[in-house]
Amino acid sequence: MSAIEQDSLSYLRRAPAERLSPPAARAGLFGWLRANLLSSPANIALTLVCVLFIAWAFPSLLQFFFIDAVWSGADREVCLASPAQPHPGACWAFVRVWFSYFVYGFYPTGQRWRVDLFFLALAFGVVWLLRLSAPRRDLGALYFFVVLPVLSFLLLHGAPYIGLSVVPTALWGGILVTIVVATIGIVFSLPFGVLLALGRRSDKPVVRLFAIGFIEFVRGVPLITVLFMASVMLPLFVPEQWAPDKLLRALIGVALFASAYMAEMVRGGLAAVPRGQYEASRALGLTYWRMMGLVILPQALRVTLPNIVNTFIGLFKDTTLVFVVGIFDLLRTIEAARADPKWAAPNVAVTGYAFAALFYFVCCYGMSRYAQSVETRLARGGRR
Amino acid sequence: MTDEARRAPRRTRRLGGVAIQIGLVVLVAALAYGAILNAAQNLARAHIASGFGFWNNTAGFDISQTLISYSASTSTFGRAFWVGLLNTLLVAAIGIVLATVLGFIVGIARLSHNWLVARLASGYVELIRNVPLLLQILFWYHAVLQSLPKLRDSIALPGGGILNNRGLFLPRPLFAPGFAVVIGAALLGIVAMLLLRWWARRRQAQTGAQVRVLWPALGLVCGLPLAAFALTGFPLGFEIPDLGRFNVRGGLEVLPEFAALLIALSVYTAAFIAEVVRAGILAVPRGQVEAAQALGLRARSTLRLVVVPQAMRVIVPPLTGQYLNLIKNSSLAVAIAYPDLVQVFAGSVLNITGQAVEVIAITMAVYLAISLFTSSLMNLYGRATMVVER
Repeated sequence: MSAIEQDSLSYLRRAPAERLSPPAARAGLFGWLRANLLSSPANIALTLVCVLFIAWAFPSLLQFFFIDAVWSGADREVCLASPAQPHPGACWAFVRVWFSYFVYGFYPTGQRWRVDLFFLALAFGVVWLLRLSAPRRDLGALYFFVVLPVLSFLLLHGAPYIGLSVVPTALWGGILVTIVVATIGIVFSLPFGVLLALGRRSDKPVVRLFAIGFIEFVRGVPLITVLFMASVMLPLFVPEQWAPDKLLRALIGVALFASAYMAEMVRGGLAAVPRGQYEASRALGLTYWRMMGLVILPQALRVTLPNIVNTFIGLFKDTTLVFVVGIFDLLRTIEAARADPKWAAPNVAVTGYAFAALFYFVCCYGMSRYAQSVETRLARGGRR
Repeated sequence: MTDEARRAPRRTRRLGGVAIQIGLVVLVAALAYGAILNAAQNLARAHIASGFGFWNNTAGFDISQTLISYSASTSTFGRAFWVGLLNTLLVAAIGIVLATVLGFIVGIARLSHNWLVARLASGYVELIRNVPLLLQILFWYHAVLQSLPKLRDSIALPGGGILNNRGLFLPRPLFAPGFAVVIGAALLGIVAMLLLRWWARRRQAQTGAQVRVLWPALGLVCGLPLAAFALTGFPLGFEIPDLGRFNVRGGLEVLPEFAALLIALSVYTAAFIAEVVRAGILAVPRGQVEAAQALGLRARSTLRLVVVPQAMRVIVPPLTGQYLNLIKNSSLAVAIAYPDLVQVFAGSVLNITGQAVEVIAITMAVYLAISLFTSSLMNLYGRATMVVER
């Protein structure tokens, strides 16, 4: 304080200011730690709790799933507690033995190349359609929505006149069924959902009424009841000789269910297209369908692509519900394998579920990352 | 061009539109007619009755959890329906409360400045959201709850509870007649608290003076019933469950199916609610917080008066959607045989009567009614909290 003299009324500093201590480091490891983990007593306490939790959870998970895990063996004996391994961990031997069942179900061993080919064809279509920079994505859409379904049916179900023996759907199972249900769901729900969304915004009252009625009805009830309806009521509604097979019934249920949700997503996209686009295309003399097909839908679907992918993630998780109407999807095959007395060991259930969880997590997380990246890209495009 | 000539194409278009609509109606009617005809034929061939006459027939099957009195030999299918519906509502109601609490905690934790807390919360959300609910239900039921100790090695909980792989047995509260007074006092306390709050607000609006109501309000809500409880001579007892050799007698039984479904539903829905909450809080512009601070509001008042009301407006509509999802998802109970509406009615009753059309229609109607009722409430809320542009 004495650095400024009171009596002279001069604000000039005569002596150098006292040195301040250097500011706390903002950069570097310690700066980061201080800012993000230790900024206040409450924060330190929270950090401590989290560190304790992690220190408790991760080593025990690691221990269970990797260190103590049993990796190979032919039956339950290897996964039971014994003097040699008092606390056996995850029973990966179970997954290894049953792995081909989890992927193909009871699909005949000699014909499994057809399933592999189907997976390849599907992966090709998905990449073509989802890579925003892929060439001729219109052809990709044609491939995915027209060629692929026909090709898959011929491959998986078989067609005697081209030399592929018929494999009844009762033999399909595991990841194959999960993927088939999800794919059919998206292949049918997207076009149908677009039609429903257009119907909901139509100026024709009857069309609008039907579209709204369908969408709101389906969105108001659980998927299980739709599946029950498809599997129990559908056979009643058609002549006896046409009664669809079990998998087909579930597919119809899933496709109807998904299209109502898809319709709402597409509707959001349609609402996001500026009015001027409608008016401009009308002014150019385009008919309704040409306007929708050439101007509105390309923009609407582009905007709504992340939402479509998110809906598809929901659909992919919901395919597990076909379990309830007796279809052998991945989850059901795991339940069936788990019930085998040869594999009755305490940790078999956890291991089977961990395997399924890993499969679903990888698929869904991958898709949601994709949706996020598209979203960022679209946002970047919109800022121009 | 004359007026007439200009109108002509428009009229043909309108006629075309009418033709499409009539065509649609005819098509749907024809499909429905064909379906009904087929159904009648198929049902007649299978000798299945139609109509709702089965409602008053004796059910003849047991249900493992009944909130209202029910017995297999005397109760009707109608009674079974109500039992199932109440079970659905029970798990949904408790699930909604738990999911909301957990979801808000995780959602706020995701926005925490503490890096570790935010990471853990987002790890939770990503893991739970990307694994199917049915898998999680099966996991809790078969992998966690079934691996609890057997009856012989039951875990005794403090306070007289018993935990084993047949379920959780808690002391059952026994209400003496005087307990009605306590409930009355509690209601009275809540009404008095609301009146007090109303009076404090009015006073603040008139005079600007703030009245501290927290402690008097707490005193009214908790103190009144406690006082009544003491005055009536503690009219509450507990029936402690008793561990026998072959089963547990007495007490309040929580089925493992119920527990697994409840945990899975709450944990799953909480992950989605967390995302909703996070988006809602992020939707409040930073300028609002800065303006509140510039006006001299303290951190807590900023949160209570500025951030939360604006965030809630964004949060509530999708939050209701999540509640509806939870109610619909509770139908997955059928996979682990928890006796909810779908398991009891669309499962057991359907299998016994074979009347698929009626049973499924009733089941769907219940869920539709719940979701229409909720969305109409939602519309009311949306109208009440709409931003008034001046």
